[in-house]
Amino acid sequence: MALLQIAEPGLSAAPHQRKLAVGIDLGTTNSLVATVRSGQAETLGDNNNQHLLPSVVSYTADNVVVGEQAKRDASLDPANTIVSVKRFLGRSLNDIRSSYPDLPYDFDESNPNSPLLNVTGRQVNPVEVSSEILTALRLRAEQVLGEELSGAVVTVPAYFDDAQRQGTKDAAQLAGLKVLRLLNEPTAAAIAYGLDTAQEGVIAVYDLGGGTFDISILRLSKGVFEVLATGGDSALGGDDFDHVIVKYFRQQLGLEGTLSKRLHRVLLDKAKFAKETLSDKNSVTVDFADDEQKTLSLSISRETFEGLIADLTKSTLRACRRALKDAELEKDEVLEVVMVGGSTRVPYVREQVGEFFGQTPLTSIDPDKVVAIGACIQADILVGNKPDGEMLLLDVLPLSLGLETMGGLVEKVIHRNTTIPVAKAQEFTTFKDGQTAMMIHVLQGERELVDDCRSLAKFTLRGIPPMAAGAAHIRVTFQVDADGLLNVMAMEKSSGVQAEIQVKPSYGLDESQISDMLKASMQNATGDMQARMLKEQQVEAARVHEALQAALNADGAELLSAAEIDTIQASLVVLDTAGKNDDIDAIKQAISAADAASQIFAEKRMDHSIKKALAGHTVDSI
Amino acid sequence: MNYFALFNLTPSFDVDKATLAATYQQLQKLTHPDKFATASERDKLIALQKNAQVNDGYQVLKTPLSRAEHMLELRGVELQHEQKTMQDGAFLMQQMEWREQLDEAQHASDPLEALESLDDEVAADIKRLLSELGAFLEQSDEAANENAANLVRKLKFLFKLRHEIEIKEDALSDF
Repeated sequence: MALLQIAEPGLSAAPHQRKLAVGIDLGTTNSLVATVRSGQAETLGDNNNQHLLPSVVSYTADNVVVGEQAKRDASLDPANTIVSVKRFLGRSLNDIRSSYPDLPYDFDESNPNSPLLNVTGRQVNPVEVSSEILTALRLRAEQVLGEELSGAVVTVPAYFDDAQRQGTKDAAQLAGLKVLRLLNEPTAAAIAYGLDTAQEGVIAVYDLGGGTFDISILRLSKGVFEVLATGGDSALGGDDFDHVIVKYFRQQLGLEGTLSKRLHRVLLDKAKFAKETLSDKNSVTVDFADDEQKTLSLSISRETFEGLIADLTKSTLRACRRALKDAELEKDEVLEVVMVGGSTRVPYVREQVGEFFGQTPLTSIDPDKVVAIGACIQADILVGNKPDGEMLLLDVLPLSLGLETMGGLVEKVIHRNTTIPVAKAQEFTTFKDGQTAMMIHVLQGERELVDDCRSLAKFTLRGIPPMAAGAAHIRVTFQVDADGLLNVMAMEKSSGVQAEIQVKPSYGLDESQISDMLKASMQNATGDMQARMLKEQQVEAARVHEALQAALNADGAELLSAAEIDTIQASLVVLDTAGKNDDIDAIKQAISAADAASQIFAEKRMDHSIKKALAGHTVDSI
Repeated sequence: MNYFALFNLTPSFDVDKATLAATYQQLQKLTHPDKFATASERDKLIALQKNAQVNDGYQVLKTPLSRAEHMLELRGVELQHEQKTMQDGAFLMQQMEWREQLDEAQHASDPLEALESLDDEVAADIKRLLSELGAFLEQSDEAANENAANLVRKLKFLFKLRHEIEIKEDALSDF
C-alpha cells in the first residue's frame, strides 16, 4: 500500500493546512450547506438555527430575498417569487410549459431555448436565480465558519443531463464558489450511509425529492463506491403529488377554468400541507378563501391520497426494476435500501419501496440532510484534508450520448451506465469533393429518433483540407469528465489539422453569456477584483512550482536526461520570477510555459507510477 | 493502446476476473481525477485521459467478445469498421429461423416462455462459439486468426439477437 502513496503526485508534495470546504445540496424545494468540523459532518443553520433554506427567490424593485421570507411572499406576489427554479435549469421554454402548464411566471418569449423570466424591474435566467440560492448558502457558511471557502461539492440528481449539470455548475461559479465536483445526489447519500455503517455489498438508493426522482444501485467495497446503474426521471417528484391533490381539490369543488395566480398558489400550498399532514394522520381538512373571499373547505383521507399517487409511485418502481436489470442484479442481492428526499416521508412510498425490495428501507439519517452530509464528506477529501483517504467514487453516465445520422436517427457513441470519466472517438468522412466543413449534432437519451432525444449541441467542423469525397478522416472525440460533463474535440487525421469547433449549446447559456454574467457580478462585487485575480494567479504559480519541483526531486533523475531536467528547471526560474511580480498575463504565460516544458515528464510519471504500483502488486501476491 | 499491458496482463482469452477487478480498482486509485483535485489543471487533464483509458480497458477486457476483438486488433486483424458479408449459409439459415421465432413469440400462448426458451437456445450457442473462439485465439497463425475473426462476426449477430429478445421480454413484463 505504501507504493500507492508515492504515486499520488498532486497530493504528496506539500504539508497540509486544513482548508474549508462545504457540500451543498441545491434542492428543488429546499437547499442545505454542510461541512466537516472536528471530524463531524454536519449541516449549518442560519441565525435562527434553521438548516433548510427554502429554494425560493423573490425579486422586489431594489432587493433580492432568498429562503423563508421569500417563501412567505410566494402567495402574495407569485409572479415575482421564483419557486423550484431547479426544474427550469437547462430546459427550453417549451419543455417548461409542457411539464408545468400552470406556472404563475411571466416568461420572455424572445429566446425560447434559453428562457428568461420577467420579474420586477429586470429579467433573470434560471442560472442567475439558482446562483442567488447558492450565494445565500455560501454567505451562511462563511459567516458560521468565519473564513472564506476553498471549495464546494454541489449535488445534482443522478439523472440530470449535460445541459442541467452545466447550468448547475455555472450557477455555482456565478455564486463565487470554486466547484470541486458535481456529485450525484444518490451517490452522496450512499457516502453518508456507507461510511456510517461501514458495510460492504450492494445498496440501492431511492431518492424522491421535490422535483426529481433517482434510483442508483451501488457496490461498496474497501472504500470504493462503484455506481453500477442509475435511472430515474428528472421531472417527477413530491411537487407532482401536490399537483394531483390540487387536481382532486378542483374536481371536488368544481373549480374549473383558469385559476387566478393567487388561488393557484394557495391551492398548491394547501395541497402540500395536506400531503405532509397525511404522513401522520388518517385524514385532513383544509380550508381557504376563493377569489370572491368565500371560504371553501374540503377533507381528504389518506386512502384517497394514496389512490391519487399510486401511478406516480408505480412509475418510480418501474425505474427501480430497470436499474436492477442494468446492474445485472436480482432484488435479493440488494443488501440495503436507503431512502433520500423529503417525499420519502410519505408512508405509502416507504411501504411500496419496502414491498418491492422485500426489506424495510433505511431512514436513520434525516432524508432532507443526508445528501448535503455526503457531499461535505467528499468535499473534505477533495480539498486535501485527508490525503491518505482510501475513499473513491466511481460514477456513471446517466443517459446515452449519441450523434445524429442520416434520416434523423441517433447513433449512440457512449452508452448509459458507462463508468465516467470516459472518452470515445468516432470517425467521419466527407461526402462531397472539396468539402471543408461538416455539421455535427450531439444528442442525449435512449430513444432512436433525434426528435425523441435531448439536443445538447450542434457544431460545425471547419478548416478540413479540401480532398476527394471520402478521403478526409475526421476523428471526433467525446470526453465525459467526472462531473458527467461533455467535452468535444475534433481532428482531421491524414493532415493532422485540428478542426475548429464552435459548440453552441442547444439549451441554456453559451460560454460568452456566462462570462458576461461573471463580469457583471464582479463589477457589482465589493473589493478589488483585480487584486483578487492576481492573488489567485500567484497562488496557482506557487502551486505549480512547488509540485513540479517535488516531482523533479522524486523522479527527475530516473525518467529524464540532464538536458530535459535543465529545460524544466529554466521554466521554473521564469515561473518563480513571474510569480513574485504583479503582471497577471506574465504569470499565466509562465504557468503554461512550465506546463508545456513538463508535459512529457508528467505523462511519463503517470505511466511510471502505474507500472511501479502494478509491479508491486505482482510481488505482493507472490 | 494495448489494454493487456495497461492492466499488466499477458494477452490471453482466459482472464481471471478477480485479478482483473483488483487491478482495475488499483488503477482507479492511481488515476481517478478525484485523486488530483488539488493538482494543477494540466495534471488533472492527464489523469482524466488516463482514467478514461482505464475505464475503457476494463470494459474491453471484462467482456469476452470485446476482449477477443481487442486481441485480434493487437494482431493486426481489424474488425471494428469492416463491411463484410457473412458467407456461412448454414449460420444464416439458423439466424433466419430464430428471427422468425422471435417475431412469432408474441402470438404464442405464453409469449414470455416462448422468448425464454429461444433465449436459452441462443445462449447455448453463444457458449459453444465462445469456447471455439478461445481455442483459435490460443494459436496465433493467420488461419486461426481468420477463424477467430469469423466467430467474432457470428457472435456479434447472436449478442444482437439476444438483446432484441431482451427488449421484447421487457415490453411484455411492463417496463
